[in-house]
Amino acid sequence: MSVPEENKDSSTVEAPVAKKKGVPEGVGKLIPVYVMGKRYEVPETLTIMKAMEYAGFKFIRGCGCRGGICGACATVYRRAGDYRLRVGLACQTVVEPNMYLTQIPFYPANRASCDFSQLTSSPEEIFKLYPELFRCIACNLCTKACPMDVEVMDYIAALKQGNIARAATLSFNCIQCGLCASRCMGELPQYHIAQLARRIYGSKIAPQAEHLVEVAAAGSSGKYDAYLEALMKMSEEELRRLYQEREMEPEIAPEDWVPNNKEYL
Amino acid sequence: MSYYPGCTLKTKALNFEASAIAAMAALGVNLVELPRWNCCGTVYSMAEDDLAHHIAPVRNLVRVSEQGSGKVVTLCSFCYNTLKRADLLMRNSPEKRDAINAFMDEEIDYQGDVEVVHLLEVLRDDLGWEEIAREVKVPLEGLKVVPYYGCTLTRPQEAAIDSVENPTVLQELLRVLGVTVLDFPLATECCGSFEIVSRPDSVTERAYAILGMALRKGAEAIVVSCPLCAHNLGQQQPKIAEKYGNFPGIPIIYFTQLLALAVGISPELCRFDLNFGEVEALLEKKGLLPQCERSGVGE
Ligand code: SF4
Ligand code: SF4
Ligand code: FES
Repeated sequence: MSVPEENKDSSTVEAPVAKKKGVPEGVGKLIPVYVMGKRYEVPETLTIMKAMEYAGFKFIRGCGCRGGICGACATVYRRAGDYRLRVGLACQTVVEPNMYLTQIPFYPANRASCDFSQLTSSPEEIFKLYPELFRCIACNLCTKACPMDVEVMDYIAALKQGNIARAATLSFNCIQCGLCASRCMGELPQYHIAQLARRIYGSKIAPQAEHLVEVAAAGSSGKYDAYLEALMKMSEEELRRLYQEREMEPEIAPEDWVPNNKEYL
Repeated sequence: MSYYPGCTLKTKALNFEASAIAAMAALGVNLVELPRWNCCGTVYSMAEDDLAHHIAPVRNLVRVSEQGSGKVVTLCSFCYNTLKRADLLMRNSPEKRDAINAFMDEEIDYQGDVEVVHLLEVLRDDLGWEEIAREVKVPLEGLKVVPYYGCTLTRPQEAAIDSVENPTVLQELLRVLGVTVLDFPLATECCGSFEIVSRPDSVTERAYAILGMALRKGAEAIVVSCPLCAHNLGQQQPKIAEKYGNFPGIPIIYFTQLLALAVGISPELCRFDLNFGEVEALLEKKGLLPQCERSGVGE
């Protein structure tokens, strides 16, 4: 792909500024960034997401939680003159002068379908559903591309070694943004494979939490039915009052803290 | 000693790994698994311009360097071959070494300073047959086997752990353990290797030739050091029996399992249940299983 003439050198070429307006109070200096090859001047303190909105973009995809956990706003960028491809979440990464960026809100990666209840905890299950696992050549481009600093190559390696528990632990911070898959030399859908590993680990390998089983059983036996029905019948004001008066665990609470109302514990 | 297991030893060949670790511990050698490693690359890439497939083995050599260890031992012959040849490439081709190091810009540069060895070399060169002989508690007398090297331990020449044409290290070890080693002309014949994926029928034929010869020589088992050889020679046997009839079958045993048994490791730890063929029955018939320790049989 060729770089449009106007974008070649930001320091010497006076490129047109798309969004001309007076610098609002308190936003600091304006710096040039290139979104999909086009130059914009944006306040230097903004995140990529805010900067793009400042420049006039409106997100209907590529934006979700704005809090760094949904994985919708994956962004790739380069600094002028540096071969390295950099990545970040648009809602978390602050703009830099002369960054060339684009968002990759979605990247095609096949997700194998299966009847999860029929799966065992054997790694063979994953091998069968995702035989492309063995196409990994340990290039590590996935790890370099991960905005969450997940050791992607290592969780793939762990799975090849049959170690589902390790893969589940290593991939725990994955937010399914898909950037790893966009870079993979072996064309793996790493994050889907890791998700299956975590599901298998959670439901078929990790020891069950006894208290969870008890609470779930209490729920199915109808312990909370009356309470929920009462909630459903409440007016908006009543709900609001209940919400505002709810008892919260203090920021600093002793280990054995319990609420005053223990009815549903 | 830094130990590189390889994926297969963690999945299909647990018996190989478990017996090796136990046996080596009994011989005073602690195999310390690298804390971080990836697939060896499986097959050494022979294409002149294909550097991408050397990344995986070289990355493992970097992991060994990171441990401050100058030497790494493997059990799987295939891993041995791939790692060894990747190391040779990095030593002998400065241009390719620089290209690979430059690509792996997140790792320390690999300079070709790790010695890749196979466990058989450790047994022969570091411990020596005499020392092993002193540790033998259960001589495996009366057991008749043929040694099978396959390709990757002795080919190509520069990666060979022994004579290319006439290797003897496996026979020497087995004799020290008290095993009767029969002459085996097909010891370095190829089992068909990864052709099992694309041309399984050709592997059936090769396995038939190798196994047939072993049986004609009077062998009661074939001793191997490669999980892929073990797979091909084992899993083809039902097909051979179906195709040619009248094929009695022959168990496949890893050399480490016999080593472990001989130095007094309990048969349960050797995981003979994962082998192809009735290994336990054979050993029992030979009186080589300690009486009280029949696995899984209790009051
Ligand atoms: S592992 Fe892949 S999908 Fe998950 S956060 Fe990292 S790059 Fe995104
Ligand atoms: S990008 Fe793909 S081939 Fe490269 S290490 Fe990651 S999973 Fe393996
Ligand atoms: S919008 Fe959810 S991670 Fe950025």
